[in-house]
Amino acid sequence: MVSPQLDSPAPAVSVNGLVKRYDEVEAVRGIDFEVGVGETFGFLGPNGAGKSTTINMLCTLVKPSAGSAMVAGHDVVRERDEVRRNIGLVFQDTTLDGYLTAEENLSLHAELYGVPRELVAERIRQVMEMVELWERRSHLVNTFSGGMKRRLEIARGLLHSPRVLFLDEPTVGLDPQTRSSIWSYITKLGREEDITIFLTTHYMDEAEYCDRIAIMDQGRIIVLDTPQALKASVGKDRVQIQTDDNQAAIEALRERFEIEATVAEGVVTFGVAEGEQFVPQLFAELGLPIRSVNVSRPSLDDVFMSYTGTTIRDAESSQSDTRRNVARMMSR
Amino acid sequence: MATETGTTPPALQPPPASAPAHEVARVRVPTRTARSELRAIKVVWKRELIRFSRDRLRILTSLMQPFLFLFILGTGISSLASAGTHGVNFKTFIYPGVVCMAVMFTAMFSAASIVWDREFGFLREMMVAPVGRSSIVLGKCLGGATVAGFQGLIVIAISPLVDIPYELSLILELFALAVLLAFAITAFGMMAAARITQMQSFMAVMQMAIMPMFFLSGALYSVANLPTWLAVLNRLDPLTYAVDPMRRAIFARLDISEAARHALDPGVTWFGWPVPSAVEAAVVAVLGLAMLSIAIWEFRRAE
Repeated sequence: MVSPQLDSPAPAVSVNGLVKRYDEVEAVRGIDFEVGVGETFGFLGPNGAGKSTTINMLCTLVKPSAGSAMVAGHDVVRERDEVRRNIGLVFQDTTLDGYLTAEENLSLHAELYGVPRELVAERIRQVMEMVELWERRSHLVNTFSGGMKRRLEIARGLLHSPRVLFLDEPTVGLDPQTRSSIWSYITKLGREEDITIFLTTHYMDEAEYCDRIAIMDQGRIIVLDTPQALKASVGKDRVQIQTDDNQAAIEALRERFEIEATVAEGVVTFGVAEGEQFVPQLFAELGLPIRSVNVSRPSLDDVFMSYTGTTIRDAESSQSDTRRNVARMMSR
Repeated sequence: MATETGTTPPALQPPPASAPAHEVARVRVPTRTARSELRAIKVVWKRELIRFSRDRLRILTSLMQPFLFLFILGTGISSLASAGTHGVNFKTFIYPGVVCMAVMFTAMFSAASIVWDREFGFLREMMVAPVGRSSIVLGKCLGGATVAGFQGLIVIAISPLVDIPYELSLILELFALAVLLAFAITAFGMMAAARITQMQSFMAVMQMAIMPMFFLSGALYSVANLPTWLAVLNRLDPLTYAVDPMRRAIFARLDISEAARHALDPGVTWFGWPVPSAVEAAVVAVLGLAMLSIAIWEFRRAE
């Protein structure tokens, strides 16, 4: 077996044939993967794909039905406390105590994890400065915005210097600006804290920040690679054109370029290897007036599409997204 | 599957070098020991105290009901009751029940906080820490006992208003019983909270348990010469064994006629055997510990 990191024989996370069954439903149907030390590893998939169940098993919150998993060199079932000591967790829904100040939340955490007393004050300052909340340390958490709470949770997750930090949908429900600031903290801490980051997301654009991603759908890992390699595997650039007669355009494409195109919502879409070079040729030789043209490089959306046959949004719309959002709103 | 371990190593950013950019205080979390469990109990306990001290409104509202009983109901009924009290202030008579009531309500709200904790997520933060669940439950119970005991102390402090003079030994005895009761009620609440995850249902269940307990306990009437059915229910009610020793402690220090003592403080009997205060306190303690064990077992079992 080849380890992802040659200089560190023990991977940060290694999973073998992990299965979780809930009565009739198989939430996770036998997955295998490894995460190298220092890696930022993303689990990508629609809600209900089994990402949270997997993360909960790795965090010792849920017992696997079959298979095994090691986190930071410890078995998640047999060495539960060892695992817990070495991981930090940021959940989808906030787990802060709103009636305490930011600093009180952190110092309770430090005591709960037995951080040596002489280090607590300095360490709290460090993590709070990292997420730029030090100035707000004596404010009640209830007065914080969603983004600030999430940052504080990330700080708390780091407080006891875990070797692996788990982030379950760290940016869900946040506005785009806050999302990108959360990501800048995550990438920064990857650099500064010498830590392995394991996260789940259903935002395709966020997966680009990861060193490697695994796409999960219906309880299985469908593909696992770097974002670049995944996009390369899809290959072609995507060209979208609008014409007055789409049917004629499709036929013209087939006759003159031997390209199969599809039409959806009045837009003709097809793939070519070098989209930008192809456009001039298209204008010259199609023989039809073109009203607009759009060339895009393959995105992870396309990757997801090509491996699962559906877009992540379509996969989600059938899931309990709305129900979950309602639950989150209620709990505020 | 395409997900084997031999996939391409991360090409993007190499993992950071072993020395971070600046000096970071690295922390090693020590292994779990008796000391770390004690510390966990302390953390959970301390959090209860911080939250209680921030919530002035709760301190006031949970005193509201006992004071209504003592000063409104007590004053209103005293003329009606004077025929049977042999000259003793009726408020003095119901006072131990009112202390218990204040304690019970506060303890109930303390236990309810674990339902809030679950709803707002903080319970999860405690559950994933490398500490035993028993420590979390025990810390909660001790926290509840402390704040409810404090609430009891406020009511104890007003005893001169109902003709009970200050006496250190009495105050200590009442306080000890209040803390014991607070502990048992919090344990009872924790046991319920392990299964009931909705705040509304939890409060409804607690009300349904606490009001009958209060009315059956003899807090508002004398336990002698009750109809058999009520006497049986009274002896089965755990609260009886908190109210009775408190009343006994108070009446032992009052200078009243033998007839009044006989009518107002007959003491609980089991099949004619007068149950000593120590046994009564032990009943409360044993019940509290039993419910605590069940609560711990339930929380351990929960995934």
